[in-house]
Amino acid sequence: MAAPDTELVAAGTLEPERLLRMYRQLVRIRLFEEQVNELYRGAKMPGLAHLYIGEEAVAVGVCEALRRDDYITSTHRGHGHCLAKGAAVDRMFAELLGKEAGYCRGKGGSMHIADHENGNLGANAIVGGSCGIATGAALSAKRRGTDQVAVCFFGEGALGQGLVYEVMNMASLWKLPVVYVCENNLYNEYTHYAETTAGDIPARARAFGIPAEEVDGQDVTAVFGAASRAVAHAREGGGPGFLLCATYRYHGHHVGDVDRSYYRSGEEEETWRTTRDPVVGLAGQLLDTGTVVEDDLAAVDNEVEAEIAAGVEFALAAPFPGPAEVDKHVYV
Amino acid sequence: MSTSSAAVAEQTRELTLAQAVNEALAEELRRDPAVFVIGEDVAEAGTPFKVLSGLVDEFGPERIVDSPISEAGIAGIGLGAAMTGLRPVIDIMFGDFLTLVMDQLVNQAAKTHYMSGGALKAPLVIRTTLGATRRSAAQHSQSLHAWFAHVPGLKVALPSTPADAKGLLKAAIRDDNPVVFFEDKMMFQLKGPVPAGEHVVALGVADVKRTGDDLTIVATSSMIQVALEAAETLAEQGVEAEVVDPRTLRPLDADTLVASAKKTGRVLVLDEGYEGYGATAELASRIAADAFYDLDAPVRRLGAMDVPIPFSPPLEDLTVPSAAAVVAEARQLMGLDERSA
Repeated sequence: MAAPDTELVAAGTLEPERLLRMYRQLVRIRLFEEQVNELYRGAKMPGLAHLYIGEEAVAVGVCEALRRDDYITSTHRGHGHCLAKGAAVDRMFAELLGKEAGYCRGKGGSMHIADHENGNLGANAIVGGSCGIATGAALSAKRRGTDQVAVCFFGEGALGQGLVYEVMNMASLWKLPVVYVCENNLYNEYTHYAETTAGDIPARARAFGIPAEEVDGQDVTAVFGAASRAVAHAREGGGPGFLLCATYRYHGHHVGDVDRSYYRSGEEEETWRTTRDPVVGLAGQLLDTGTVVEDDLAAVDNEVEAEIAAGVEFALAAPFPGPAEVDKHVYV
Repeated sequence: MSTSSAAVAEQTRELTLAQAVNEALAEELRRDPAVFVIGEDVAEAGTPFKVLSGLVDEFGPERIVDSPISEAGIAGIGLGAAMTGLRPVIDIMFGDFLTLVMDQLVNQAAKTHYMSGGALKAPLVIRTTLGATRRSAAQHSQSLHAWFAHVPGLKVALPSTPADAKGLLKAAIRDDNPVVFFEDKMMFQLKGPVPAGEHVVALGVADVKRTGDDLTIVATSSMIQVALEAAETLAEQGVEAEVVDPRTLRPLDADTLVASAKKTGRVLVLDEGYEGYGATAELASRIAADAFYDLDAPVRRLGAMDVPIPFSPPLEDLTVPSAAAVVAEARQLMGLDERSA
């Protein structure tokens, strides 16, 4: 990942390499998550998995605007963030299967995966629980005199948590380089956000003096543009930003949430899948503008498919941690 | 090599516990630019207890950070800062307000190192208070340290003297794990000798505050002062009590407690947290298990009465172990008095 060329972003013109890289990342997350679903349904994956399918453009667009040494904090629906920030597929699968070769030696799993080397301070199974961590990382960057930026990913469900507002208040007071990225996938678990969320969401950020922007979370170039602006503003010392990304999760709250008819319709799901898919959208854009031809995209698809297959194979064959691992790392 | 006692005396001053804490913070802030303090009214106000007075003058508002009244927020921000290279000392004005930081401390900080398979760490200190009898009623008087000792991944320090407060706080700040550091607010004006300069008390090393052969009193925080007062009374009655201070509940130096128990054969455990499911239960259990064949009587314990702390002074005083109560319990343990029904 390289810092974006703000002039190109402003002109709405992105380098072909960047567009193709974002396409690859979208496909990587999509195929990774489809494989997670298969592993779970095949009883090869223990525990829970919250799939990011449908929301890929948010993680990819935002992380494309970041440097490797920038920080992110993530959520229970965090596989996409982790991959977008640079994690390797094989070590991620290993973590999801509880294997020692995983990013957290198998002790974190899907809901706690972290990738320190790439600035991912961790997924978090407490809704809103990582907002303080991201804000603290921003305070740390500022205090240490670096120009790193921290991004806090959270779902619209976290808007119900008081911690979010405590730290947004401090981030604004102290002009901390943090960007709050709210992924509104419409549902707090099994409840439509309209039933839980009063008033206007961006107004909540603006009340703290934080600039807020609404963006189509299915359009990766739009997300990248908005994220680039907010990240540049934060990096230059302008303080925090807030992005509200309109998106949708194709699957259930978690892989076991199969019968969803009591909280949303099949028609609604179908509409998002067929008319607003982020992977199809970017592919169409790339083809329409003549940036690439079909074969170029097919080559990417094939490469990612092979990468995913190799990653799963690696993880399935990898050993579990030995019993001696159980009480390691309780304390430093 | 020898150090003259005069030289040692020159290096040791009488300080209050508040001054000792202030000195530890100032020394660590000078030593390591990564250290900073964040909390409510910590800068110009120096906290309501004036423990931090003067620090902002030397270190500035960038390192002595006045925060909004947002305990969870400052705990979370402290954690994020700790995970990325700083060493925050997070000031939670009253231990009762720890209820507001439970998620950030218990679900987040305590598990950061473990959940990441050792890749991340959270070197932060939560400085807070415990202790009743300040007439502050039920939401400003609790001693909740046992909650945190129950959580693997956290360390818990309970200084009982000014010297230990300085030495343990310096060790806590240098520790790479989250440490919850409890100061008894009734001890801030307690005076005692404190070594000048580098004085670090390792976490997990108990200290025998008084030696004796007849009875062991294991006590924490300000209960050490209660135990020492009781020990003087007992000495007048011909009973020599050994007073042992674990100083930290996690890590716990059980060996020193057990060794004293084996020596005296009788043990009373004293702590200002609630007696029910409290720190006394864990300490008594460890001692009973490991010193069983050397004990002459069951291990006894005294903690705070299991009631919300009442406001009315005569009622409040009933809830906390007193020196008189310790003496009475010790005499029964020694078989000098009948146990009342």
